[in-house]
Amino acid sequence: MSSLILRTATRLLKPLMLFFSVFVLLRGHNEPGGGFAGGLMAAAAFALYTITFDVPSARSALRIDPHNLVGAGLLLAAISGGISLLQGRPFLTGQWIALPVPGVGEVALGTVLLFDTGVYMVVLGVTLLIIWSLAEE
Amino acid sequence: MNTWMAFVIGGLYAAGLYMMMRRSIVKLIIGLALLSHAANLLIFTVGGLTRGRPPLIAAGETSLAAPFADPIPQALVLTAIVISFGVLAFALVLVHRTHQTVGTDDLDNLKATDT
Amino acid sequence: MNVLLVLPILIPLVTAAVSLLAWRRPRWQRWLGIGGAAALLAASLALLESVRNGGIQTAQMGDWPAPFGITLVADLFSAIMVVMAGLVGFAVVVYSTATVDHRRESFGYYPLLHILLMGVCGAFLTGDIFNLYVWFEVMLIASFVLLALGGEREQLEGAFKYVTLNLMSSALFLAAVGILYGVAGTLNMADLARKLPQVEQSGLVTTLAMLFLVAFGIKAAAFPLFFWLPASYHTPPVAVSALFAGLLTKVGVYALIRVFTLLFTQEVSYTHTLILAVAGLTMVTGVLGAMAQNEFRRILSFHIVSQIGYMLMGLGLFTVAGLAGSIFYIMHHIIVKTNLFLISGVANHFRGTYQLKELGGLYRAYPGLAVLFLIPALSLAGVPPLSGFFAKLGLLQAGLATGQYAIVATALGVSLLTLISMTKIWAEAFWKPAAAPSVDPPAAGTGTPQDPSQHDPPKGSLALFAPVVVLAVLTLTMGLVAEPFVGLAIQAAHQLMNPAGYIEAVLGGRP
Repeated sequence: MSSLILRTATRLLKPLMLFFSVFVLLRGHNEPGGGFAGGLMAAAAFALYTITFDVPSARSALRIDPHNLVGAGLLLAAISGGISLLQGRPFLTGQWIALPVPGVGEVALGTVLLFDTGVYMVVLGVTLLIIWSLAEE
Repeated sequence: MNTWMAFVIGGLYAAGLYMMMRRSIVKLIIGLALLSHAANLLIFTVGGLTRGRPPLIAAGETSLAAPFADPIPQALVLTAIVISFGVLAFALVLVHRTHQTVGTDDLDNLKATDT
Repeated sequence: MNVLLVLPILIPLVTAAVSLLAWRRPRWQRWLGIGGAAALLAASLALLESVRNGGIQTAQMGDWPAPFGITLVADLFSAIMVVMAGLVGFAVVVYSTATVDHRRESFGYYPLLHILLMGVCGAFLTGDIFNLYVWFEVMLIASFVLLALGGEREQLEGAFKYVTLNLMSSALFLAAVGILYGVAGTLNMADLARKLPQVEQSGLVTTLAMLFLVAFGIKAAAFPLFFWLPASYHTPPVAVSALFAGLLTKVGVYALIRVFTLLFTQEVSYTHTLILAVAGLTMVTGVLGAMAQNEFRRILSFHIVSQIGYMLMGLGLFTVAGLAGSIFYIMHHIIVKTNLFLISGVANHFRGTYQLKELGGLYRAYPGLAVLFLIPALSLAGVPPLSGFFAKLGLLQAGLATGQYAIVATALGVSLLTLISMTKIWAEAFWKPAAAPSVDPPAAGTGTPQDPSQHDPPKGSLALFAPVVVLAVLTLTMGLVAEPFVGLAIQAAHQLMNPAGYIEAVLGGRP
């Protein structure tokens, strides 16, 4: 589609949507949100980009092959569950470390976040694979 | 409330099955989608409907006060929605490819592998 | 907490993830696939050993205690099934390296295969009924893509029927799980086993049992819900057919056996008699369908349906001997049926067709292959001293012991028809003189396949024959040295018939 309005809007909206998707991912820690919603939102950003321009340029905008993204996400999720195994606890038990951040105080980082990031990547990758395989005609 | 939900669920099942029995492959997919929605609403209703009482422990308390919405059916429905999202997206691609390859959307023309 | 319980799920997951990272390198994926499948087989054997020595093993995911979190449980039956999954997975991956074309390989064939294995192992190991649904879906999505991968017309048509009926079954399963939660207020299967007998509306519980019977009956391809199977199993590459034939319907059978020994045992006279009737009808319709076919893989597909009947027969009898027969039958069937599909692929590799009319002369050209075919074929029909003989013997004895003479007679008759059907393949494909000269003269192991989709398989005849030989040897072993296998099946059946041990292992002393 070659509407000037859409192109201009997409250029502005895509970074905003991606930024917001990461915000939703992090917010999911204690409030509504999370990897699935965030991943879908990021996929929506690239879907919008695909509609405005075309599939090849959207692919190059993503930079990573979506298959690799899915693989990395699955691996991340598996690792996040495996960390607790190494500590002798059951698979997928949440493990936490307190990370001192200057100016904020202590931030509790857990394997849950790692898992959610994995979900984010898998959802983004799979959704884009489906959208692009439908759009690529 | 429960009675209304029962009617809605029954209507969804009926509509889904009706769509599945049509000959068009697109309507088949719509039928499948309606079936999964019906199942989700069924879980939601059978699990017990409680309105306006989220299962959150109020500040200062240590346990939940009695009438609260059961979170498990919600979790189940959420999972089922995610799964049906993936499955239906795949089914859509399959319909598309089938239409491209076979050149028809009529189920009666898809009988080459039947026995 | 036993790490071995997680490994059968974790290993295929990591293998699939790493293979996806190596997306542009099919050669790496191939080796990763073999390595992952070998690791899965090793882990599953270790799990079986630990269950044999240490009793039922459990693991609480995420450290949430039993009825609230998801529990992984391995009793002997689960462990045996996981070993079977590892075995078939390994055989099929090795075989795939020789038969699957580069195009499919570069579209994620190996990662999908491992995701399928993960779903299958997860379904065998989970102790939570909703989690079972999730694993079913993981397995189904992977199988959908594997079935349609390549996008030939036949495949797409087959996939359509497969997808539609399996999704209907999933919707029914989901609805049943939802109602079950509404009735009993829990999803943990051990907890359900304790709470369901106390439910006052026993009619509702029986209705639920029927919903589960239909949902799993579709997945297991039981009469009259089997139509998707013979319409789709002969369409994908033969390695995929073999994997599906070996594992997928058996997950449905596993779920039926688990649910109808653990949860729905309140009205045995109604539910299990119905299962017995379904078993008999499944046997008969399957074998009659097979007799009418003239294509190698279609015959085998109908035989899967027929064999599902035998597996359900033991469940319908609902005695230790019957279930032991069923479990032994499943073990035997998975090995034999996978092997028969792999052999049909070898025949296709040499002659480029699955049509019995066009095949022929295989005995003269490849006597070794003929022997390899005869072992599983006769075993399938139940000829002594092969594994199928002991599997059927066990079931028949159990049937006689409970006085169910009708089902025993049916099983015997179907056995005979199976033998006739196998003889037909033997006579047409192996014994008959080679068909018209349009077929390439067999040039010692390098016949060019004519199927355009299978242009460029790497010519590794070791990878082609090794799985077939290994599975045939296993069939022979299970027949000649049947005792340890039968003993294992009887032990597993004892655990199934006495669910108290399962409940105790999952919930501990919890009230």
